Amino acid sequence: MSSPILRLAGLHKSFGALVATDNVTLDLSPGECHALIGPNGAGKTTLIHQISGVLKPDAGRIFFAEQDVTDAAPHERAQLGMARSFQITSIIPGFTVLENVALAAQARSGSSFRFFGRAKAETALNDAAIQALTIVGLEARRDTVAGSLSHGEKRSLELAIALAMAPKALILDEPMAGMGREESARLITTLRELKSRVPILLVEHDMEAVFALADRVSVLVYGRVIASGAPEEIRADPEVRSAYLGEDAA
Amino acid sequence: MKDALEQATSGGGKVSRDWGAIAPAVLVFALLALGPLAAEAYGGAYLTSLLMRMMLLAIAAISLDLLIGQGGMVSFGHAAFIGLGAYVAGIMITEGAADLAMILPMAIVASTVFAVVTGAISLRTSGVYFIMITLAFGQMLFFTASSLSAYGGDDGLTLWERSTVFGFDLLSSNVTLYYLILVTLIGAYALVGALVGSRFGRVLRAAKENPTRVEALGFSVFSYRLTAYVIAGVMAGVAGVLMANQAEFVSPSTLAWQRSGELIIMVVLGGMGLRNGALLGAVALVALEETLSSITHDWRLIFGPLLVLTVLYAKTGLAGVADAWVARLWRRA
Ligand SMILES: Nc1ncnc2c1ncn2[C@@H]1O[C@H](COP(=O)(O)OP(=O)(O)OP(=O)(O)O)[C@@H](O)[C@H]1O
Ligand SMILES: [Mg+2]
Repeated sequence: MSSPILRLAGLHKSFGALVATDNVTLDLSPGECHALIGPNGAGKTTLIHQISGVLKPDAGRIFFAEQDVTDAAPHERAQLGMARSFQITSIIPGFTVLENVALAAQARSGSSFRFFGRAKAETALNDAAIQALTIVGLEARRDTVAGSLSHGEKRSLELAIALAMAPKALILDEPMAGMGREESARLITTLRELKSRVPILLVEHDMEAVFALADRVSVLVYGRVIASGAPEEIRADPEVRSAYLGEDAA
Repeated sequence: MKDALEQATSGGGKVSRDWGAIAPAVLVFALLALGPLAAEAYGGAYLTSLLMRMMLLAIAAISLDLLIGQGGMVSFGHAAFIGLGAYVAGIMITEGAADLAMILPMAIVASTVFAVVTGAISLRTSGVYFIMITLAFGQMLFFTASSLSAYGGDDGLTLWERSTVFGFDLLSSNVTLYYLILVTLIGAYALVGALVGSRFGRVLRAAKENPTRVEALGFSVFSYRLTAYVIAGVMAGVAGVLMANQAEFVSPSTLAWQRSGELIIMVVLGGMGLRNGALLGAVALVALEETLSSITHDWRLIFGPLLVLTVLYAKTGLAGVADAWVARLWRRA
């Protein structure tokens, strides 16, 4: 098995007395979808913020693409090929759908300290954007102003933005949240096709999605990984059932 | 190139829309080009110098809108750059280095250095803190200028000659200076227009709406903002050099905070972030001040409410209104 693209080693993070990340060690390997589940407030988003560089861990190291990125800024990690989505949709609302994604493609294609020439007319960027929009099924909405999309469409747009970055890994924070059944079914299909090309770290509450996609599942409770393994093992684990799945299984 | 092809093949629609976008500005430039002729018939030197001042403030306002309208950086110290350019010109002319070929590069270097240093500090903050810290840096420069006793101190510095251009005494003629300023204004307008549509401008505009997202895409928002801050500062600095030549006088009031406030009002009145906003705002504000102050000494009593009404009823500013008119004309045509 090839070496992991992302590795967390002994991460700690507390907010005052609250320990949000407690000695978390986990990794993400090429070709896999690693799901991170856990009850509300377990510290999943806090962990993702540390991975992407929005928050600094109090202790521990983060390795991405063979480099120690613990002290790197978010934009430096993104340049290394780390693409993330946000639990609360994060797009450029005043831009068109196409321009949102073209901006992501622009980040991957040469310098953006170019002061002349119309960015909107750069065919290479627009083509890359349309390709990503086609994958998530949003190409028909390319000229819509992003702020006026439906909630589900905005979630899809965020995935297209991440894809247009031609990432080495996708870090997704509850991509299905607030989506209708049909939309999330479609997203599951998309992600299943994607994961062989781009490894995915997936935070998700939708258990149907988790068990449909994940090759490995880690369970986070009170900031600590209480179990990690194949989906069937996790489903069968009594500790997990009582701590988390219990409410589902009952 | 590709762009031109696209326009050519998509018929007249797109081309006329592009023309429509700059139509109000083209009209203003055309009228300004007639300025010296109008002055000969009516108003004389007074009108020429008023229009020159109007154009110079418009250059500064256009550069400020790159920060406010495109970048979301409300700088309350932009006049400092006008002052910096003006003082570089004033001091160099006084010291006998009067040629623009020396003054302009020096003013550009000074504005760049001041912008990099103060921008790097100010851009660590945002919102109200950014407004206050840019104001503070502006005031620092204001007091520095006031204490330059060798160059007039509080009273300011009278210039006995204007700059030469590569050794030629071109600018002693008001008409030449006038057209130099007009060309610079058109250049500033075109430059900011190009910047806004470029890759750089796209990142800047996106970061105004959602900096976290833009960082997560791999852009250092700070670097893009600082670059914009330097570009805007240099543009205002160049306006300052020309302003010193036009007025043949430099004083601390060139960079008073009131001047910075006036520039913000121009941007807001004209319509933040709109192609023609700062230009129309500057023209309207200078014209309005001039008219009202000739009617009554207490012109600010009329001006204040007028400004409030504009902001309330024309939220997109004068340029928004102008764009709507152009669109209506085009539909009718
Ligand atoms: N900036 C912060 N300051 C203080 N406490 C915080 C901060 N961010 C998160 N927390 C707390 O840390 C804990 C973990 O929050 P986090 O958002 O990471 O949980 P989560 O697992 O993503 O939950 P959810 O499933 O609801 O998204 C919560 O108790 C939360 O209130
Ligand atoms: Mg969360």
